[in-house]
Amino acid sequence: MDKGRTLVDPIVDNNPITLQILGICSALAVTRTLLPALIMSAAVISVLAFSNVAVSLLRRQMPHAVRIIIEVTIIASGVIVVDEFLRAYLPDVSRVLSVFVGLIITNCIILGRTETFAMGHGPWPSLLDGIGNGIGYSLVLVAVATARELLGAGTLLGRPFLPVMEEGGWYLPNELMLLPPSAFFLIAAIVWWFRTLKPAQREHTVISAVPGRFQEGGDG
Amino acid sequence: MGELTGIFLSAVFVDNLALAFLLGMCTFLAVSKRVGTAVGLGIAVVVVQTITVPVNHLIFEHVLRPGALVWLGLEDTDLTHLRLISFIGVIAALIQILEMLLDRFVPALHQALGIFLPLLTVNCAVLGASLFMVEREYGLAESTAYGSGAGVGWAVAIVLFAAIRERLHYSDIPEGLQGLGLAFVVTGLLSLGFAGLSGLAF
Repeated sequence: MDKGRTLVDPIVDNNPITLQILGICSALAVTRTLLPALIMSAAVISVLAFSNVAVSLLRRQMPHAVRIIIEVTIIASGVIVVDEFLRAYLPDVSRVLSVFVGLIITNCIILGRTETFAMGHGPWPSLLDGIGNGIGYSLVLVAVATARELLGAGTLLGRPFLPVMEEGGWYLPNELMLLPPSAFFLIAAIVWWFRTLKPAQREHTVISAVPGRFQEGGDG
Repeated sequence: MGELTGIFLSAVFVDNLALAFLLGMCTFLAVSKRVGTAVGLGIAVVVVQTITVPVNHLIFEHVLRPGALVWLGLEDTDLTHLRLISFIGVIAALIQILEMLLDRFVPALHQALGIFLPLLTVNCAVLGASLFMVEREYGLAESTAYGSGAGVGWAVAIVLFAAIRERLHYSDIPEGLQGLGLAFVVTGLLSLGFAGLSGLAF
């Protein structure tokens, strides 16, 4: 695969959230307002790029049997740096994100990419793959957060955008958008839209007697 | 005792990790195609949560907390920044030990839980419960109650979800929405239902 594809492919064609089902929980939990979602996206892109490159550089030295633990340790170190950075420079956002920065460790996008991509490729393609997947993740995160903040509170990044009825405007905020379930509905809508545009991504329900195939790559 | 029951019940119903905090979603969506496997995974989560949350509490309280290392003569040491890496290490190690113990002493249960145990290392519901335990400053008994409640809540959610998904096989769904899309909608509806329980006070 040429370098450009490595970067662009995960953004729409092979989006980590809508197609690979990776990293969903943080996508749902931090999207109530736009600012934390933006910070979270930046955090995930940097951790993903860092750990992809680090794993790719170490891939020939790592014993196969303990590679997962090494990968998790590398990821955790990256996350700790990001967490301490946020605490020091953006304490307010850090409080809103609470445990979710720490949960980047178990965000399966990262373990999934280091395991499936960085283990088999050089540092440069791994960096691009990390950034590409990070952007694909951020795209969904930011889209959901924008919709939730705009429809739920009539603001964007904390600034009033739609005049709210309480303050004499015409917009009655939809309070469902502030509750967690709205994130599910919005992501479902995004998935539906992506799959209408790209019919190749559709799944077809098959009734079969064998248990559903198990998905590797852990959880997020 | 009443307070502990309260923590347990509110971890199951009000602060349900899967449906209120949306944690552990990847496993939730991937391993919920059949009720049987969902029950297996649910039990594994309950066991792991009940053990890891109190153990992480002990480690946080006696090693990582600012001033926790007084017994070593290190009054000013603050290792809080190491909590992420040590929690994930504890979880991974405990799951490994649990797996070996089950394999040795209860092979039938090991067979049933088999593939799910290792996967729980990277389940964010497990790490999340430990981090919430620190954030809410629970004591040892409280963390045990919270850990088991969080596990039970997650298990209840995935079993309900799997049961609904089995029924969905027989319904007529628009093409682009089949599979993942509809799974999100169903989880959203379940989560709305659980939001109705948030008025409960314990």
